[in-house]
Amino acid sequence: MPETKATLRQYIRDNFILGSQAMNFADGDSFMELHILDSTGFLELVSHLEETYGITVKDEEMVPENLDSLDALHAFLMRKRAA
Amino acid sequence: MLLHEAFEATCERLPGKTAIICGRERVSYGELAARVAALAALLHERGVERGDRVALFLESSVEFAVAVHAVLRLGAVFMPVSALTKADKLAYILVDTRCKALLTQAHLRPVWDDALQRSPCVSSCVVAGESGQDGRLLGWPAPGSAGAGPRCRELIDQDLAAIIHTSGTTGLPKGAMLSHLNMCSAWNSVQAYLGLREDDVIGLALPPAFSYGLYHVLMALGLGATLVLERSVAFPIKVVESLVRERVTVFPGVPTLYAALLELSGIEGHDLSALRIVTNAAAALPDVHLQRLRELLPQAQLFSMYGMTECKRISYLPPEQLDLRPTSVGRGMPNQECWLVDEAGQRLPNGSTGELVVRGSHVMRGYWEKPAETAQRLKPGAVPGERILHTGDTFRTDAEGWLYFVARSDDIIKTRGEKVAPREVENAIQALSGVLECAVVGVPDERLGQAVKAFVKVKPGAVLAERDVIRHCLARLESYMAPKSVVFVEHLPRTDSGKIRKTGLQ
Repeated sequence: MPETKATLRQYIRDNFILGSQAMNFADGDSFMELHILDSTGFLELVSHLEETYGITVKDEEMVPENLDSLDALHAFLMRKRAA
Repeated sequence: MLLHEAFEATCERLPGKTAIICGRERVSYGELAARVAALAALLHERGVERGDRVALFLESSVEFAVAVHAVLRLGAVFMPVSALTKADKLAYILVDTRCKALLTQAHLRPVWDDALQRSPCVSSCVVAGESGQDGRLLGWPAPGSAGAGPRCRELIDQDLAAIIHTSGTTGLPKGAMLSHLNMCSAWNSVQAYLGLREDDVIGLALPPAFSYGLYHVLMALGLGATLVLERSVAFPIKVVESLVRERVTVFPGVPTLYAALLELSGIEGHDLSALRIVTNAAAALPDVHLQRLRELLPQAQLFSMYGMTECKRISYLPPEQLDLRPTSVGRGMPNQECWLVDEAGQRLPNGSTGELVVRGSHVMRGYWEKPAETAQRLKPGAVPGERILHTGDTFRTDAEGWLYFVARSDDIIKTRGEKVAPREVENAIQALSGVLECAVVGVPDERLGQAVKAFVKVKPGAVLAERDVIRHCLARLESYMAPKSVVFVEHLPRTDSGKIRKTGLQ
């Protein structure tokens, strides 16, 4: 579902990136290392996923492996929706 | 005594012991000493000397610890700058302090690149994660070739060790100047009641750019303990896993961090039995979290503490007092005196409410080139020549002198344990086209302590959404300073003199 990845990228751009910061982050780049998201940002991202895609993110799923790059986020979302 | 001497003694005594664990990196004291020597050699070669200011724009990392000790041994002054800082503030700090060198990392390039262009005073910028040289940009040096490395032999404890910037009500950061004596004194007082040990494993999830985190780096490495740097605070389960994996014995935190950890489902299932000291500062822990922590960690001593950058720490509550007076922050700490004064500066008896003042050799030398702000905080004491720190915080004491926080006298917001000057946020919002005027206040928030809230009046015809304002602030301010909510209003209430009246804005 390539359109979902583009939608996620757009969400990150629209909500967290502006102006001089608007670097073109790669699909595999860490949001945390590039300071695109901080702890509050990740909480907002998780709320967005839950509201938009009707999934529930458990505490133990709040890990960088699931959330800390566009690739990770997309794969996580696909797994959750398939489940 | 100089601030870096304990660390250097540890390196000689325990070269093979693990000093720092950061992600997959494990560095011994011997290795750390070699890295410090290499960086000191490079900075020396680049002309960094006694008294020069050197900014550390680094995340919690091995490089941060290396940078602190390399700068200190040259007799220069280190200035930790939060990795969340944006270009405008970084440039202000660099220029204002006539900073000679900047130590930073590749990931933060968009920010320092911009700031450096406005900071001709910076003659060297050493970048972790890069190599080679391009003008004043230099790669981080590899250890090995420097031998013992250079050091300043003339340094004494009256020299400045650090300048730590803190939010000022004017919206411009103020640099608290701390001498070697100030910092060693604070360290000794804290150590006298906390009793950290060489066999401790100290888990640090706090940023080392602020005083609370910074002292844990200094104390851990000075004692020869092992420091575990945990950067994934956004992922609380990772923090818990690291506490378990490394058998962490000492954990400093702030209420927001404890809230995130305690809210994890199944936290009881993790083996946290190694923890023997847990500390809280920056703001009071809510009762329910205090109780939860004690149930979860029955073996650990829990310290509630209070302090400020200007002198590091002022008070702690002995753990055995926690049941008797859970909301108190104690009665001061060893080798300092603190008491309450009225508006005329007169000492108040126990059972009063007033401003807390502090005297001791840990009190800062003043704010860097800010005489007016310095005079407001440091006032003459009874001993000729001595200056007393006026905290600006209102406390009450009970009959036995135990301190209870009442309020701040300024409008600084405390969110996520960090200070936010409303003026600084207002200045940022004001720069957004379409904004006519705005007011920023702190509102109570369960998770954050206080949340930053903005009231914005837009220009006629302008259209702005809440997210536009937040995103604009995220690009210009440290992320914790960006408003959590924005309300658009038709008008802002005014005082008779025409200033915006903030009381009542909620």
